[in-house]
Amino acid sequence: MKILGLIIVVLVGAVLEYATIDFPPLGDPASPASTHVSPRYIEKSIEETAVPNVVTSVLADYRGFDTMFETTVIFSAGVACFLLLRVPPSRRPQRASERQYRHRLTGLTFRIKGGAEVSLPLHEFERVDSIWTPYDFIIEKVCRYLIPFIQLFGLYVIAHGHHSPGGGFQGGVILGASIILLSVSHNLRIALKRMGERTSALFSPVGVFIYAGTGALCLILGYNFLDYQALAALLPGGPIMARSHGIFIVEVGVGMAVMGTMVWIFKNLASLGRYDEGL
Amino acid sequence: MEDILRQIIEKDNYWIYITLMMVGLYAIIAKNNLVKKIVGMNIFQTAVILFYVSIGVKKGATIPIIEHVHDTAHTAIHAVDYINPLPHVLMLTAIVVSVATLGVALAIAITVYRRYQTLEEDEILKQIREP
Amino acid sequence: MMIWQLDLLILMLVVICGIGALMIRDLLGAAILFGAYSFMMCLLWAIMGAVDVAFTEASVGAGVSTVFFIAAVYHTTRRTKD
Repeated sequence: MKILGLIIVVLVGAVLEYATIDFPPLGDPASPASTHVSPRYIEKSIEETAVPNVVTSVLADYRGFDTMFETTVIFSAGVACFLLLRVPPSRRPQRASERQYRHRLTGLTFRIKGGAEVSLPLHEFERVDSIWTPYDFIIEKVCRYLIPFIQLFGLYVIAHGHHSPGGGFQGGVILGASIILLSVSHNLRIALKRMGERTSALFSPVGVFIYAGTGALCLILGYNFLDYQALAALLPGGPIMARSHGIFIVEVGVGMAVMGTMVWIFKNLASLGRYDEGL
Repeated sequence: MEDILRQIIEKDNYWIYITLMMVGLYAIIAKNNLVKKIVGMNIFQTAVILFYVSIGVKKGATIPIIEHVHDTAHTAIHAVDYINPLPHVLMLTAIVVSVATLGVALAIAITVYRRYQTLEEDEILKQIREP
Repeated sequence: MMIWQLDLLILMLVVICGIGALMIRDLLGAAILFGAYSFMMCLLWAIMGAVDVAFTEASVGAGVSTVFFIAAVYHTTRRTKD
């Protein structure tokens, strides 16, 4: 199999190399990729949409259909991961077969096997995950202080996507990563208490609904689907500013969908679908 | 023949992109372990994204964020001064779709491990053929 | 603005990280090397002027993709023969 793979790879590589004869040299301003429709996007972006970041205006306004279906693809990936891994709560045994508890003051760890009922004073003992890593005080306290600032930065990235690199995707991933940091530095049950399963699973379809709903709203008000000029009837400022506000609403929808999916996939992967202990 | 050879040697940066793509493709075909195959798939995807982004580069141009927005005298914006933003838009979609695909692929790998207790492809095939 | 020496150095590092992630025998090491590969790609795109793409790859590669790999490796096996 390896020799066959090597032969196939060398053949495909040679064919691709032969195809590069017709390519334009690197950095040519007159190459076919840069001359048909993209000068129009660069020159008309401020007059038509009042957004200086050309990538955001092309992504959410000129090519808005692609972004809407991409958000749907992300949501369906979250649903696929959930359907593959999730163990329904009624079929699980009521207690996991082996649990570990740690005494807070002295640091001793007990292991309780066989699913026995245990009544321990909870202010002295806490439950530890089976994938055992040594308890670290510094990481837990530092991450506890950092997480609100990371979330604030994620919200800034979503809101400031018009004037600086950023936008819906990047801000959504940063927000999702903050919840993953909470789960990795403390343990999974504390992250589940802050953002439960139903909440994280509901964020993704609500984000898709906001995006498609904005398009349908433009359709109801009499214009084309996803033509944000229709929002000038509802928002102040005229048709050009209405396009800028429409881009912002759509970016919020994308950010919510991406955040919900990242947290949902992580919770399913880290706890193998059982949602009681994880990384 | 020398003409073709000279034209190939001029565009030497395309060689490295094609090498990266072929490294990823070889890993998908020839490696036995499932997680290594998934790593190879991701290397292939990012190599294709690198190739697309390199198409939009222009010599002496700046990033595609238009500056001096609030000039009252509308200075004309020349498309020659800014890098082509169209490949960037398409590749933003591609990156986020690649991470979603990575999540689903790892979920499938965990399910396969739960059933067969191994992640090597030849041992899985042996267990399937003789139950 | 591409200084060709820096460009060539980072491209070489990208290829070395990519081949290294595939040849190492410990799956946890493969996940970490994959995170390093993703970060080198992000630098390359920032040099070429694609700042949005570089931002997305930095947040996705370092924040989310590496954590998914490590979660999967912890729940399956860590050694591999190949």
